[in-house]
Amino acid sequence: MSMLNVKNLNVWFGKRQQRVDAVRDATFEVARGESFGLVGESGSGKSTILRAITGLAPNWSGQLSIDGNPVPQKRPKAFYKQVQMVFQDPYASLHPRHSVDQVLGETLQLHGFRDIDNRVVKLLDDVGLGQKFRFRYPHQLSGGQRQRVAIARALAPEPELLLLDEPTSALDVSVQAEILNLLTDLRADRNLTYLMVSHDLSVVGHMCDRLAVMKSGEVVDILSVAALRSMEASHPYTRQLFEASL
Amino acid sequence: METLLDVENLWVKFPSRQGVFDAVRGVSFTLGRERLGIVGESGSGKSMTGRAILRLIRKPGIVEADHIKLDGVDLLTKTEKEMRAVRGQRISMVMQDPKFSLNPVMTIGSQIIEAYRLHNSASKADAYRKSLEMLEAVSINDPERVMRAYPHEMSGGMGQRIMIAMMLIPNPEILIADEPTSALDVSVQRQVLDIMDKLVKERGMGLIFISHDLNLVADFCDRVLIMYAGRVVEVCEADKLHDAKHPYTRGLLNSLPRLDQPSKRLEVLQRDPEWSQTPSVSGRI
Repeated sequence: MSMLNVKNLNVWFGKRQQRVDAVRDATFEVARGESFGLVGESGSGKSTILRAITGLAPNWSGQLSIDGNPVPQKRPKAFYKQVQMVFQDPYASLHPRHSVDQVLGETLQLHGFRDIDNRVVKLLDDVGLGQKFRFRYPHQLSGGQRQRVAIARALAPEPELLLLDEPTSALDVSVQAEILNLLTDLRADRNLTYLMVSHDLSVVGHMCDRLAVMKSGEVVDILSVAALRSMEASHPYTRQLFEASL
Repeated sequence: METLLDVENLWVKFPSRQGVFDAVRGVSFTLGRERLGIVGESGSGKSMTGRAILRLIRKPGIVEADHIKLDGVDLLTKTEKEMRAVRGQRISMVMQDPKFSLNPVMTIGSQIIEAYRLHNSASKADAYRKSLEMLEAVSINDPERVMRAYPHEMSGGMGQRIMIAMMLIPNPEILIADEPTSALDVSVQRQVLDIMDKLVKERGMGLIFISHDLNLVADFCDRVLIMYAGRVVEVCEADKLHDAKHPYTRGLLNSLPRLDQPSKRLEVLQRDPEWSQTPSVSGRI
């Protein structure tokens, strides 16, 4: 059974003449425990797919199913226990006036957990931060530490599918390595499924098993990472993208 | 090689309540008609070095150096008024994100014309013609339309090319490019770099290319300074960057994921406190 099934997904913004079709007829499948990459230029609609899955882009049509269950237009609370998202910029995605404890505690409370205190401590340990960061505010953390907090928040409801929107593109290469290692370990420990958006082919090559290439809103190619490594692309656009990133 | 710019023992200091913070500590280098790369992580002082050359560090920041000589004249002894004749005219700078460096309420045409007429006594018609030429030089297909457009109507890649056009129109001797392509897509990145490279070569300019992307710098520059905690830890030829000796440079290179060498885990950079203690390596030739 596939963890995520996207079939004929269309996402648009605006009405009538203003309408922009950001994603057109996207179809792909992500198996349980798999790590799947989405690559493409900016504006190709890769982040929009993630936003449509979580319900941040309200205008969509087509079929989305998580673990075999179709996703309704209005998502129930249980949906967010299964699916969580990590955003691109940790400087913008954390509330500047909430401490780490508040961010994680609130998420846990909203998802109906009781032993919040123990869980906050455990989450911080899991993402390699430790207790001394618990009562800090985002401005007291570095970019890498913030992204760890964002990952901890996403892990709080114990999701099965994690949507990663360029999780390391705002970070330095040395910090990127730490975060990618953390994500690799978490996936192995918790048997997570990843859907990861990135414009960096080598990051996708490192993290993913398969990837989809997008161009102006359409999925033009789906290939394995082995094909990416050997630069064997059948689709001309994929080849062009490979050459550009060499 | 002829030396355009000569920087000796440059320090940038920021006094704070916890004492003085040194953002740049004793950096020395020379720049000829070449492409000099400066790489390092965020906070390593690479952008501060670029800004200090143009004396763009605001108070309470302090710039100190034995000298920053442009064609033998020390920039540090110039008055603020004289500096204004240097900025743009002789040394210009391309910033990271075109979104924040173009004026959102002026058309692109009037911004480029302004940049040109500020440094050259030319009529409006001449300046307009010159601006069109410059936009064509940075491979903008429809320069007349772009001249009338506002920055928000442009994509990131186009915005960055417009910035380059605007910075090169007074024909400076030195261009400082501070992460000019990190806000752009890979496919557009190459294009912008090629344009910059062509213009720099044609005009015999010196280029200081500030970036955090090691592979890009190895590919694009002639010589590279590697900065860590405000100091230059290593200087090498760009094509030999992959054989760099310093453990910091090695660590950065190893922490990059590679398509041709897959591994389960990436190497994490182990920082040695000694790196920030040893004195700066000189980048002079």
